[in-house]
Amino acid sequence: MPNIHPLVIFFASIFTSNMVFSNFLGMCSFISVSKEIPTAAGLGIAVTFVLSITTVLNYLVYHYIMVPFGLEYLQYIVFILVIAAFVQLLEMIMERYMEQLYYALGIFLPLITVNCAILGVSLFMVIRNYTFMQSLFFGVGSGLGWLLAILSMAGIRSRIKEANLPAGLRGPGITLIITGIMAMAFIGFSGIVQIS
Amino acid sequence: METILITVAVITVIAAILALLLSLADKYIADYGDVELTINANEPLTVSAGNSLLSTLRDEKIFIPSACGGKGTCGYCKVKVLEGGGPILATEKSLVTAEEAANGVRLSCQLKVKNNIHIEIPEELFNVREFEAEVIGDDHVTKTIKRMRFKLPADLDFNFKPGQYVQLKAPPYEGSDEEVYRAYSIASSAGDHGHLELLIGYTGGIATTYVHQHLKQGDTVDINGPYGDFYYQDGDSDILLVAAGTGMAPIISILHHMRDNNIQRKARFFFGAKTPDDLFMTDELKQFEKDLYDFKYLPTLSRVTDDMAWDGDRGRVNVSIEKYVEDGGNYTAYLCGSPQMIDSIVESLHQKHIPDEAIFFDKF
Ligand code: FES
Repeated sequence: MPNIHPLVIFFASIFTSNMVFSNFLGMCSFISVSKEIPTAAGLGIAVTFVLSITTVLNYLVYHYIMVPFGLEYLQYIVFILVIAAFVQLLEMIMERYMEQLYYALGIFLPLITVNCAILGVSLFMVIRNYTFMQSLFFGVGSGLGWLLAILSMAGIRSRIKEANLPAGLRGPGITLIITGIMAMAFIGFSGIVQIS
Repeated sequence: METILITVAVITVIAAILALLLSLADKYIADYGDVELTINANEPLTVSAGNSLLSTLRDEKIFIPSACGGKGTCGYCKVKVLEGGGPILATEKSLVTAEEAANGVRLSCQLKVKNNIHIEIPEELFNVREFEAEVIGDDHVTKTIKRMRFKLPADLDFNFKPGQYVQLKAPPYEGSDEEVYRAYSIASSAGDHGHLELLIGYTGGIATTYVHQHLKQGDTVDINGPYGDFYYQDGDSDILLVAAGTGMAPIISILHHMRDNNIQRKARFFFGAKTPDDLFMTDELKQFEKDLYDFKYLPTLSRVTDDMAWDGDRGRVNVSIEKYVEDGGNYTAYLCGSPQMIDSIVESLHQKHIPDEAIFFDKF
């Protein structure tokens, strides 16, 4: 078990090991939902929420069910089951109690289920042998990192909306290029801490 | 062996717990209680919320046309929502134009009923029924057209106007894994409440393949209807009936209606086909000539050659109209056939100075 303070993991997963910019995970929804700040913020918050909770749930399931039975090799399928069920549940709750957000996210909500950043965090947690506290902070931090990434992208995209771009670059094209540049900028943080 | 058993057991338990959680959530969180559904300013109905508007209406025995079974792809299930529909959803936008959306038009299969809701639907839809009909006849009237006769459930109160259509459901079968609804005009008499007849031509499509190759006597099939605003209109003008192929169906229904009600109007039926083999139900039509007040069946063939036994009219239906229809007469015309055919007939009728208001058609 690496002896890293959970808070270090927390900040590292926001900046130096950002899911989007250093692992390029969760790109599909990152690109499709980053056009407007409000929807991006909504999805970012939803991802943060789902990530934090599923990481904890998956930690518990992994260490208290799968390890004792020697079923570690089933982590993929079980993690996916847990995530899928949780997103379903969240969708119902949002539809009922946070209607505005529900309509804003609309068809993007189910995207969270297949957002690989979410599965990725659970798997990293296992590979890196994190403790419960470390996993919790890692989950929340990665979520916030993802939120930060999509928010900054939405900010940039809403600015360049009026820009006179070559037709072929509009939309996903320019988004990917910006992502690359942002990733390079985030490398600037990488000397501060390392968690993997 | 033990590993396998443990694996299966653990996965099953996890999946079961998750499923249980989800069903509990479905029961408690997704339970929206009862809301009021107001249709066309009638007395509000109390319905349980949480389902799509389409299925809520269906539970109330009000059937909105739906060809894709609620998947949001056919666009048939449009309904005008005056109040309580919530914002339009991303899944509706491809089928609802901006103008329709501004008028409150929504896809009823996508909209979830969660609050009191006020909608507007055409009165005729209150007549629509859904039922299981038993096949009691399936003769080929030409090589490609079958005349399907169905027995309706005894307690069904099914009323339609001659000319209207129903939707028939083709369930999944070998070679097709989706359920589809297709529209067919009713060919039988509106006065015969126990039976229904459809003329179904084989086109190789999902539904016609089902009917031609899988549906047999004694089978039952789901039908809903009636729909459509193409039907016989009361009046005293002379009547022109024009059809090709299975477009014959609504015309036959109109003729039945005229016979059943002893309607004394002059009527001419121009039927367009290619060769003598494409003509069908000739005996029935001859019988109508005898029974009706002043009716003539005037088939015309476009591809007859000299070696075929044919002494009737030749050429396209437009030629017959040119020949038999008097200019500026007092006519009401009913046309049923392909869009191209109808467009060209409408043009011929315009040349005879028959106004648009007197021309009704059903394009398929
Ligand atoms: S039923 Fe087909 S779009 Fe609604």
